[in-house]
Amino acid sequence: MGRYLLRRTFVLALSLIAAGLVLFVLLRLLPGDPAAALLSVGADEAQIAAARAQVGSDQPIWVQLGMFLSDLARFDLGKSFVSGTPVLPEIAARLSVTLPLTVASFLLAVAIAVPLGIISALRADRWYGALLSAVSQLGIAVPVFWIGVLLIWLVAVKWRMLPASGFPMKGWQDFPGAFRALILPVLTISLVMSASLMRYVRSATLDVLGADYLRNARALGASFPRALIRHGIRNGAVPVISILGIELASTLLGAVVVERVFALPGLGSMLLLGIQQRDYPTVQGVLLVSTLLVLLIGFVADVVQRLIDPRLRETVAGR
Amino acid sequence: MNTKRLSVHIFGLASAALLSAGAALAADPAAVIRVGSLYEPQNLDNTAGAGQGINEAFNDNVYEALFRLNDDGSVTPALAEKHEVSEDGLTHSFTLKPGVTFHSGEPLTAADVKYSIERVTAETSKSSRKKSLSTIESIDTPDDKTVVIKLKSKSISLPYNLSYVWVVNDAAGDITAKEDGTGPYKLADWKRGSALSLEAFDGYWGDKPANSGAIFSYFTEAAALNNALLTDAVDVITSVQSPDALAQFEDASAFKISEGKSTTKQIMAYNDRVAPFDNVKVRKALARAVDKKKLLEAIWGDRGMVLGSFVPPTDAWYEDLTSVDAYDPESAKALLAEAGFPEGFTFTLETPNYDPHPITAEFLKAELAKIGVTVNIHVITANEWYTKVYQAKDFQATLQEHVNHRDVVFYGNPDFYWGYNNPKVTELVAAAEASDTEAQQADKLREANRIITEDAASNWLFLYPQIVVSNTATTGYPLNGLNAQFFLRGIAKE
Repeated sequence: MGRYLLRRTFVLALSLIAAGLVLFVLLRLLPGDPAAALLSVGADEAQIAAARAQVGSDQPIWVQLGMFLSDLARFDLGKSFVSGTPVLPEIAARLSVTLPLTVASFLLAVAIAVPLGIISALRADRWYGALLSAVSQLGIAVPVFWIGVLLIWLVAVKWRMLPASGFPMKGWQDFPGAFRALILPVLTISLVMSASLMRYVRSATLDVLGADYLRNARALGASFPRALIRHGIRNGAVPVISILGIELASTLLGAVVVERVFALPGLGSMLLLGIQQRDYPTVQGVLLVSTLLVLLIGFVADVVQRLIDPRLRETVAGR
Repeated sequence: MNTKRLSVHIFGLASAALLSAGAALAADPAAVIRVGSLYEPQNLDNTAGAGQGINEAFNDNVYEALFRLNDDGSVTPALAEKHEVSEDGLTHSFTLKPGVTFHSGEPLTAADVKYSIERVTAETSKSSRKKSLSTIESIDTPDDKTVVIKLKSKSISLPYNLSYVWVVNDAAGDITAKEDGTGPYKLADWKRGSALSLEAFDGYWGDKPANSGAIFSYFTEAAALNNALLTDAVDVITSVQSPDALAQFEDASAFKISEGKSTTKQIMAYNDRVAPFDNVKVRKALARAVDKKKLLEAIWGDRGMVLGSFVPPTDAWYEDLTSVDAYDPESAKALLAEAGFPEGFTFTLETPNYDPHPITAEFLKAELAKIGVTVNIHVITANEWYTKVYQAKDFQATLQEHVNHRDVVFYGNPDFYWGYNNPKVTELVAAAEASDTEAQQADKLREANRIITEDAASNWLFLYPQIVVSNTATTGYPLNGLNAQFFLRGIAKE
């Protein structure tokens, strides 16, 4: 396990560097110039040249890359071209919205999906089992922004129970305000996410129900609930954890849409604006940090799977 | 337009106070005005690429200038108490208002004003106004209260141009994340991506505002902005983006919809340097082939107006020129044939990817197909527009909205992106700037605009409406929002 962790960390670091390089190049392949974000109609040639010199877009790409790498080696993500402020603290501030949003949505989705998925598998032949299955199918088909718009209209505009959008200026210092601001976005994400998760839990449970080891355990005298808890959940959990890892990662990235619908000052809105303005340091910073988070999630999911499933540990190569 | 050549009036609060006068009855002076906007400033410095949002939040609220561009388009003295012009029109002396202090507590001196003007004309300045101040030769400060500006050539627009120059404390340093102005409000807090709050400044030299502060909340989605007003999260929203959104605010007991005069014009600009758009007959044909009334109606319903030229009614040199190249597809076809294109031609229209440009592009494509002209719509981002069209001038035709006030003078610059080059117009625009009176300036620009319009230099589609919606408790806000300004001091809330 120790060697595995070491190797896995090495792979993670390499992936991050590779992602950084790809990002750097792709961004500069986009048409447009970051200097344009600083200027408006009326600026003359000299002003344009000065702006390009300021953001470094007049430099050859390898010079820009060298600067980027040397900054990165010092854990410095640079300063935004447009606002002139360092990117890293800004990302930290944005994460204080995006991380709670993602994690809370994920936990709620799991809390909804796991019991409902198991029930719909165990009771696939009953009407409510079929209903649950149908509802989850519907949930997969519905786009997340549509749920958001619907919830805003119903809960915020019509009933006036929760704010329609925004996040308190004081952030988490205004805990009740921040909490209320996140309720609808969390509901939006977790409703959609739990629908697809439920499908996975359901099929994993169905697999387990038909498995030999469960029948054997029953034959050896274990009660059905005991056999399911002792053997079934552990076996069924392995594929579900992979899916959970992927879902968590895609929720983090998918938060862009929800943040936009609810006007939340999260990582997603920072990224969107950064792309529009070709603000390279901002885009690079946000994408590097979110890549790191996604890689970490995959890392944790792998490790947890190994802890649960001894068979994965025994393969010498690890994978 | 009533800039006084020798002005000793103290205009103090100008139009904002007049607007609020009627609403002061049950107003709560402790109220905080909550403003919803789509224009988040990128930083806090109007010479560092902050975008129009900073004008909205800070002009005349946090920073004042020597002059103020009022909501009705007039320019009146603000921090300048007295303005004297020499006989030859080249030396302007400004006497500063006494008793003015910055938010940091330091008194306003002539050195601050000199510093502030030089900030805009500096090499690193990103201000779009830099060029208009290039006529300044030197700035002297004979004493603490006097600023003397010497010009290379006469400039009737100097007070107007100075209304864009924030007076900043010369000790403030970098103001991209903080401020030190003289305005009635100081910055209380700024949360990027979310909101900016201002609170009344106790040491303000003028009258106290009708409220105790304001919070600007920023949105990226128009729907979220509208919801904020519907759910009473904001008191007023500064721009409504489509007429469909207005239906939600029809309840007159809860909301008030006001339409002001905008200066935002949507145009199809040709690259007048390249064929076939170097041919005036082709440009005129395309102008006549587009039913602009129908286009405006499709986008804005019964709001906004068709201009017929680049000049909106808030400019003193406006006249109705819609009849010059009125909608007439038959004569458009005839003109095209005369120009040597009886079978029409094909061109690429660079179309910014945000509303209303893609809709307009589709409309133009359909209209121009009727006279045999094929439009290839090429969608680009705002950033690409700037680099490809504005900077590299690598385009045939493009859609764009021009938001500036008094911007017909751009046609006097042959190097501008659209490449319109008529020496007569260039001369008239220069002569207008050197005018002795505003009437003379207006005459010259009116004449220039008539030529520009006859030349169909661009295809002027329509003037956007300027719509502000508020709850009924809030009054006294500016309606026209010239230069994106949003004066807070007169806004009252019951």
